Amino acid sequence: MAKVNFETPAFRPYPLIPALQPDVMKGEGPFVAKPNMQEPLGYPGELLDNWQEVAIAKMGELLKKYRSFRVFLDACVKCGACTDKCHYLLGTADPKNMPVARQDLLRQVYRRYFTWGGKLFPNLVGAQDLTKEVLDDWYNYYHQCSQCRRCSVFCPYGIDTAEISMAAREIMDCVGKGQKYCNEIIGKVYKIGNNLGLPEPALRDTLAGLEEDIKLDTDVDVRLPLNEAGAEILVVTPSADFFAEPHIDGLVGYAKVFHQAGISWTLSSHASEAANFGMFIGSYDNMRRVALRIREAALDLKVKRIVFGECGHAWRVAYSFLNTLAGPFDFLDQRYPIPQHICEFTYDLIQRGALKLDKSANDHRRITFHDSCNVARASRMGNIPGGQFIIPRAIIKATCNYYYDMPADTIHDQTFCCGGGGGLLTDDLMELRVKGALPRMEALKQVVDNYGVTHMAAICAICKSQFTKVLPFYGFRLDQIVSVHQLVSDAIILK
Amino acid sequence: MTTLYAILLYVATLIFVLGLAYRIYEYASVPAPLKIPTMPAPLTRKGVVLRILGEVVLFQSLFRSNKWIWLFGMMFHLALWVVLLRHLRYFIEPVWTWVVLVQPLGKYASFVLFIGLVGLLIRRIVVERIRYISNPSDYLLLILLLVIGSSGAMMTFVKHTDIVQLKAFILSVMYLELFHWQPLPLDMPLLIHLAAVISLMIIFPFSKLLHAPGVFFSPTRNQVDNAREHRHVARWAIEKFETSST
Ligand code: HEM
Ligand code: SF4
Ligand code: SF4
Repeated sequence: MAKVNFETPAFRPYPLIPALQPDVMKGEGPFVAKPNMQEPLGYPGELLDNWQEVAIAKMGELLKKYRSFRVFLDACVKCGACTDKCHYLLGTADPKNMPVARQDLLRQVYRRYFTWGGKLFPNLVGAQDLTKEVLDDWYNYYHQCSQCRRCSVFCPYGIDTAEISMAAREIMDCVGKGQKYCNEIIGKVYKIGNNLGLPEPALRDTLAGLEEDIKLDTDVDVRLPLNEAGAEILVVTPSADFFAEPHIDGLVGYAKVFHQAGISWTLSSHASEAANFGMFIGSYDNMRRVALRIREAALDLKVKRIVFGECGHAWRVAYSFLNTLAGPFDFLDQRYPIPQHICEFTYDLIQRGALKLDKSANDHRRITFHDSCNVARASRMGNIPGGQFIIPRAIIKATCNYYYDMPADTIHDQTFCCGGGGGLLTDDLMELRVKGALPRMEALKQVVDNYGVTHMAAICAICKSQFTKVLPFYGFRLDQIVSVHQLVSDAIILK
Repeated sequence: MTTLYAILLYVATLIFVLGLAYRIYEYASVPAPLKIPTMPAPLTRKGVVLRILGEVVLFQSLFRSNKWIWLFGMMFHLALWVVLLRHLRYFIEPVWTWVVLVQPLGKYASFVLFIGLVGLLIRRIVVERIRYISNPSDYLLLILLLVIGSSGAMMTFVKHTDIVQLKAFILSVMYLELFHWQPLPLDMPLLIHLAAVISLMIIFPFSKLLHAPGVFFSPTRNQVDNAREHRHVARWAIEKFETSST
């Protein structure tokens, strides 16, 4: 466990809403992007001299391009229903982490420059000039939002603070104040093809190593093909699946499932990354550019289907935006969903009885499932609303004998973020990540205490990495987080 | 006084109608470039209509999030509608039967409205989190509505106004009998009531009262969950990136 200079929040006996502690999370925010990380994305390298002017012009542009932004800034009645719904508010007690207060950081400026009320009576309606202090608050607090959309579930108008955060980050990028973590990663995707900067030879080695491991383990030749033109399915998966624990066990699971299904598949080095950090920075252009790699890879490799691995926001971009950004996909086999989630794929096989699973192989585990925000609240699986809750659980129940849900108000569309989503999975935000994990950790504690749960399964690369880091802060073991397809991998009986 | 109020009513109506129409036009003309319904979302248009109805009539999401705000909000809004319906009798002649029928019920709606508003105001003052996010305008709006409600209730229960005369005034304003308006009864509660309503109408298109049209335009609530089946692209995105089909 890393050495830190903050205190891990204590578990609360009851889920009380904390008393506010103004400015406890005030600060400089995460590391700022250097010029060489800004420029490849089309942003100025440093804070512009006329940043204020540019920021307001950009805000005006976004108001004309995004109905969400336009309506959300006007419609909020300050009813307060969202104020206790954000895991960062619950974990930090900083009032600016209340969703509406987070929106207000931008709304105050919107009102000042774009509404009559704010132009004529700024004090009355809480309008503010765009000063350096306001910009600093933006940078700090818009990087304390994991864009998890939990607030949007509870707002009577569906106001989604994630949309506001994305817009704010886009505005900040355009004036030259980008975040290092996100922008550096997007640069790597452009240059090398994935977030980790893992080049093709290294990737090939890794996959070969995995094939050997599986052979040793099971005595079966399961392949993990790379760049094999003519394969039926292109698999796009987060690059963490290639090296991080427990992600990699999930990747092995996908390979075994494809093997068992007898369908040819391939990974692509050009699109060796499912993640799309363009979404986190609210940039349509960058999100589109990152998404197009997948289209290109699918065309190059002449595949008929695209399947995505376990990754939350990647699945949001895939499910909700891919068709928009990189479609139409008329060259793919229209009989299958485009794109398809690996869980949908595995679930279909299970339904058809095409997988032989030995549940007792997971008997040393008692499992609960963490609904990842972007899967739960921003996408779907299967053909009925809420399939994204049913399918992963059905897979777990088909592979494990012991399954227990966390409390009802912390799962499904009310799920709590892991604390590290939305471009915050960086060490310079460790305090925020630990504190933001509190509500999820409390829910986990309940099933651990009540049902003896030993492991939490997830289908998101960010969640898995985040939990590996923060579980120890709350007295759990870092390996108590597992991939859903790791459970499949352990239960599957290969032929 | 009659002339002043008549002119103010015209001005306020104009601002209210044009302002609101412009806002609605604006909301309708700004595209939603991406599919962002809060999931799980309906798979069909019909489902979306039901979802929005649930939000507008029952405040479904609010019910899930906070029972107190829901209760007071519901009391206020429901009563507001009943009271508004009750007011129809001042504007139409002859009065429709069903408007007559809601009168006895409507009479007491003002109490419900009052309790709802006071509840919301108290929460705004007492609950630390809501106090933190409140601006002066948020309190003032509630107070303005309280003024409207209480001056109205005054006329119903305490100091009756000459309703026949009032109706004559309103109809003369409505039928544009310019500068030949019937005289307005000069009662204090009525003058206050009307002045407050006029203010509310003027404020409406420039304030958070835009939540009323806004709820219908919220992309997280009004989009169908069909991103994989139907390609959805905004015009600006097509123009910018020259993508071919929609
Ligand atoms: C489509 C119609 C409408 C819907 C669906 C709607 C819905 C809501 C909801 C859900 C709230 C939040 C809960 C609350 O604080 O009460 C609210 C607040 C509010 N509404 Fe409406 N409303 C509508 C029309 C109106 C109209 C016509 C008025 C105006 C007179 C109005 C005035 C208010 C006010 C003043 C608040 C804020 C209450 C506070 O300060 O806490 N609403 N509305
Ligand atoms: S729930 Fe919605 S309307 Fe209410 S304060 Fe929060 S963002 Fe504003
Ligand atoms: S999107 Fe999530 S992190 Fe951001 S304000 Fe809403 S609840 Fe908090």
